[in-house]
Order: sequence, then structure tokens, then C-alpha cells
Amino acid sequence: MSGSSRRVALKVVGATLGAGAFAYAGKPVAQWAAGLEIDDLLRRHYKELTPDEIAQVLRRVEEQTKEVHGVDVRVTDLRPQDGVSFGYALNLSLCIGCRKCAEACHHENNHDRRTNNSYIRVLEMTQGSFDMANGRVDYDHAVPAPGKYYMPVQCQQCDDAPCVKVCPVEATWKERDGIVVVDYNWCIGCRYCEAACPYHARRFNWRAPEIPADEINPEQGYLSNRIRPQGVVEKCTFCLHRTRQGLLPACLEACPTGARVFGNLLDPASDIRWVLEHKRVYVLKEELGTRPRFFYYFDK
Amino acid sequence: MPDPIEPVSLPAMPPPLPPAMSYLRFLRTVVVRSFSGSWRFYAWMTLLSAVALVGLNGWGLQLLHGMQVTHLSDHVSWGLYIANFTFGVGLAAGAVMMVIPAYLYDDHEMHDVVIIGELLAISAIVVCIGFIVVDMGRPDRLWHILPGIGRFHWPVSMLTWDVLVLNGYLLINLHIAGYLLYQRYRGRSPRRRWYLPFVFLSIGWAISIHTVTAFLYQGLGGRPFWNSALLAPRFLATAFISGPAFVIVLLHVIRRSGQLKVGDGPIRTLTSVMRVTVLLNLFMLGSELFTALYTGGAHAASVTYLFFGSHGKHALVPYIWTAVTLNVVSAVLLLTPLVRTSPRWLLTACGCAFVGVYLEKGMGLIVPGFVPSTLHEVVEYTPSATEWKVTAGIWAFGLLVLTVALKVGLAVWTGRVAERSSVER
Repeated sequence: MSGSSRRVALKVVGATLGAGAFAYAGKPVAQWAAGLEIDDLLRRHYKELTPDEIAQVLRRVEEQTKEVHGVDVRVTDLRPQDGVSFGYALNLSLCIGCRKCAEACHHENNHDRRTNNSYIRVLEMTQGSFDMANGRVDYDHAVPAPGKYYMPVQCQQCDDAPCVKVCPVEATWKERDGIVVVDYNWCIGCRYCEAACPYHARRFNWRAPEIPADEINPEQGYLSNRIRPQGVVEKCTFCLHRTRQGLLPACLEACPTGARVFGNLLDPASDIRWVLEHKRVYVLKEELGTRPRFFYYFDK
Repeated sequence: MPDPIEPVSLPAMPPPLPPAMSYLRFLRTVVVRSFSGSWRFYAWMTLLSAVALVGLNGWGLQLLHGMQVTHLSDHVSWGLYIANFTFGVGLAAGAVMMVIPAYLYDDHEMHDVVIIGELLAISAIVVCIGFIVVDMGRPDRLWHILPGIGRFHWPVSMLTWDVLVLNGYLLINLHIAGYLLYQRYRGRSPRRRWYLPFVFLSIGWAISIHTVTAFLYQGLGGRPFWNSALLAPRFLATAFISGPAFVIVLLHVIRRSGQLKVGDGPIRTLTSVMRVTVLLNLFMLGSELFTALYTGGAHAASVTYLFFGSHGKHALVPYIWTAVTLNVVSAVLLLTPLVRTSPRWLLTACGCAFVGVYLEKGMGLIVPGFVPSTLHEVVEYTPSATEWKVTAGIWAFGLLVLTVALKVGLAVWTGRVAERSSVER
């Protein structure tokens, strides 16, 4: 065999092996790509969809939920109401740190069961300190413990929200009624919002959520508690699928001590207005200029 | 015995090809030469391809099973990928330290090798884009971030600025390197107006890519560790360490390979740059440490965790002390006469500086921004095996691009390959 033909033979063998290695290594990528659906790939931003297209998308999400989870759900797209701007207040003198709110959130919002996810984290704080460095979330004893007070933290629905500011694709925005929402079908999963949020309010779907079929909450909002896709960010939406039809957030209903007050800031007769006018309320990390819609106060 | 053939009289030189044909031929030459070489070249390329494929496989599994295969969490939501991205941007920007002497100071020796800096910038940006893509939860929606096609949240989101400056830098350098090489290939002298404005643009642009990347972190009020006006200056200082360090090593390798005559001038110039930037970086690090630790309180929390550990958690301590040690060693070496007389010591200094910056600006900068979390939880992060595989794969791919670019680029640059040369090997 001459030198040059040996060279050619070696190249052919090399190229074949190389192609084989490439095909093998690239298999998971191909598998992933095969699972993508063209409708989802090309779907435009929520705000660019016509009412007809929205209706189609809602039906599509219902179908997909049926396919994947085997459950009939109703996905709605309730819009903000005129003359409504939501606010939330929490009475720290009443909160006992029982985490019922976090649990209610977990079920209401169809969170992944394996991670025990919730939009609410309850901090056990030390009397005499406002510093979260002196608080902890992993307490495991009877509550309330002496010398402690409890501070649940969830999305503060900031009026100058850092998460909205940093999102490169406008996948998250503030609605007219003050709620910050995420278009789960537009989010690219860069998690810049998670880095920007000063309140640890955002969660990422590190894997596709898993929920037993009989535990799925079938009343779902497109921008809120529908089952999220893998690889996107989610957050508290003040349960907009409830509150936009006059119901209260799930966390409030679950609270055994009545520490939570929710309502329309534009309605002078609302409870939330009464609290804001009569209590010395404060907001978390006010110095950051985020202008939260979530207020804390002590009663006594 | 074959039939006798009437000899044809050939012109001394083939006539010039029409531009379109000539460009296609240029591209063909580039491709052909990318796949042929010595056994060393094949071995090197095989190694890089293998590592890159391991990375591709890891990324594929991450796409299929979700980013749960990383060790990232809602507490530490950026890690190894973004750390490498940040370092890569510095490397790309650092290459400008060859462009400035070559074009602003008319350093002729540097001018002879400046193409290396431009090719390095291109490869480094490819690496950066790779790290951004693998960090995305939904790369299938990449088009959402394209200006004009998706919804580009410009100018408010700093990430959109980064998309513009990084891709702009890539295009500018592709144009400069591509134009200069193509003109060499055709045996023409390049027209100044077709590249010089872009060269000057690229100098400012290099500064911008690293400034914008620093602003990504620096502008977040909820992350005191990053929320410092000194971050962008520090980023630039470290870029002008890692860039020159890498180029000095590269110049030695190229000189040895005989692909290009490399004078001592460029190496001396780059060493002088590093001598200053290494000290500048240590000074700024010290200034940051003083502010955090002397002030105490919330501002000290991340720094304390990074350097000493807190709440019994110490994952980053080895990283940062290794980084500081390497940076100090390189600073001391660069101040001694050793680096001027012995290439071995110079390369050691460069290696220390490069790895030191990699650790400091990578893991040492990104992760402590998240620890403690915004609610002051101390949740640790160490990269998973998948993250290391993907990371190695992207760097291997970047080296692959750089190797091919240098192999072909230098052959054209030195005139070993040209349109009208009779020898094409």
C-alpha cells in the first residue's frame, strides 16, 4: 500500500469514527429537539396574541395538561379590573410562624411536590432585631417559640420591580392592578430576574413539575397557577386567578390567626386601606427603592 | 505508453479571478487547510473534539432532564457557566492589549502579530456565547432575544446591551481579521479605510464588552457583593491580565512551531502591561476587602463567606485563597528580572496570573453574590459533574476554533498560502 493511499484510508476511518462519535454524543440533543412542538416554538408573546389566539392557547394548555397529567383542568385568562390596584399587609404581631400560608400556596399554585416548593418563605426572627441575618427559615419546633417573631416573605409586587427591569425579553411585567406576572411560554430561563430580586421571590423550574393527578388544582390561570413548563421562572401572582374574580389569595384564607389583610388600594372602604391609614406600616428593604405593595406592621 | 500531448504555453502568473470566485476559493482553502496537517495537529484536534463531544452530550442530558442536573438552586441560580462566561468576556476584551500598541502606538513588531489578538477575540466570544446558551433554561426560545424578531427589552435590561456589544465585537473582529487575511491571500495591500476605522472602533468596543458585563451584576441593588462601582474597573484590570497572559503563552507556542516570526518586542510590551494590571487588580481587591470588612454588617457577609466561610460552610475558601496566592505569586514574579531573562519564569508568571484571575473572577465573583441569599440563607454551591463536562466541552470547542483560525490565518498571513502562489501546501 502506498503512503498516500494509507493516508486516505486513515482519513476515511477517522471521519467515520468521528461521525459516529458525533451522532452518539448528540443523541440527547436530538431527542430533546424531537420533543419540541412547532406551535410552542413559534408562539408569540402574550401581549401580542389576539383574543381568538388567546382562546386557542388556553384550550391548547388544557389539552396538554390532559395529555401529560391525565386531568381535566380549566385554564382562564382573567384580566385586571378597572379601578382595582391590589395591596397586601401582614400583621407580625399575629403571625405565629405555622407555615399554613406556605402550605396553602403549595397546593393552590400546583407546585412541584418533590421540591415542596412554595412562593412563601417564613423567617423566624429574633426579638429585638430586624436583621434577616438573625433569622432562619429551617426552624423545626413548636411555634410560636419564646423570644421569636415570624415574618413570611413572598413576592412584594414592587412598583419599581428589579426583576421586570432586568428581563431581556419582557417575559415578565407589571399588570394594571399591580401584579407582576410571567409569560411561561416566553421566558427563556436566563434567571437574571432571580439574581435581581431582593426578596427571593422567584423560582426556577429546574425540572418539569410533578404532581399526583388527584392533587392538581383544576382551576388555573394562564399567567398564574397553571402547571409550569420545565426551564422557566415562576413567582407569586397574588393568586390572580382567584383575586381577579373577587376571591381572596389562598395564603390569606389559610391563615389561622387573621394576620393577613388583602384588598383594593383604590377602594377607601377596603380593609387594606384601613390598615395603611391606621397602622404604622413599613416595607422590606425600603432603601432599595423597589416600592413594594406588600406591607408589614406590628399591632402592639 | 501514453499518447504525446501538445504542450500548452502557460502565462507566468494565472490571471486574477473575479471577486466572487476568488472569495469562494479563499473559503475553500480555509476549509481544506482546517482538515489537513501533521499527526500532531490531528491528535490535538481529536482530543479537543472528543472533549467538546462530551460537553455536547452533557448539555443534551441537561436539556432533556432539566437543569436539575446542575447543582444550581433558587438560592445560587448562577454558577460555573456564568463564571466562565464572565471570564471569557475578559479574555476577549484583553486581546485589545495587542491592538492598542499595534495601531495607536505604531509598534511595528506588534503589528506583525496583531492578527493573533483578533483571532483570539473571535474564539473567546464564541466561548462566551456557548456559556450563555447552556445557561438558558429554554434555548429553544433563543429567538425571543433577537432584536427586531423577539421582544428586545432595550435599553432597560443590561442583558440586551450585552447581546449587542458581544455580537458587535464578534462581527467587528470577524470583519477586521477576515478582510486583512483575504487581502493578504489575494496579494493586495489592504485599504486603510476598509479596516482602520473598525480597528479603532474595536478598541472602544473591547472596553464596552467588559464594562457592560460588569454592569449586569453591578446594577443589582439586592446583591451588595456586586453592587460596587469598582466592579467594572476590576473587570477591566483582570481582562488586561488574562488576555496578555494567554497571548504571551500563545506567542511562545507559535514561535516554537515556526508558523510565524515572533519578535521579543510584543512579549516585552505585554509583560509590561501585566506588570501593572496584576498590581492594580490586587490593589482594587484590597480596597473592596477593606470597605467590606472594616464597615462590617451586611456588606461583609458575602466577603466573609468567600474568604473565611460562615455558618460552618466553606466551599469557596479554597478557590479564593488559591486565586489570591496565584495573583500574588505572578505579581512578584513579574517584578523580578527573572521574567525578562527566562521564558520559563515568564510563562510560569502568566500561568499563575491566568488561573488566578479565572478563579477570582469566575467562581470567586459569581457565587458569593448569592451567598448569603437575599433572605440571608447560607446555601452552598459546588458545580456538578455535568456542569464540569459542559464547561470543558465549551472551552475545548473554543480552542478548536482558535487552533483552526491560527493555523489557516497564520499560513495566509505569512504568505505561505495565497491565491496566485503555485504551492498550496
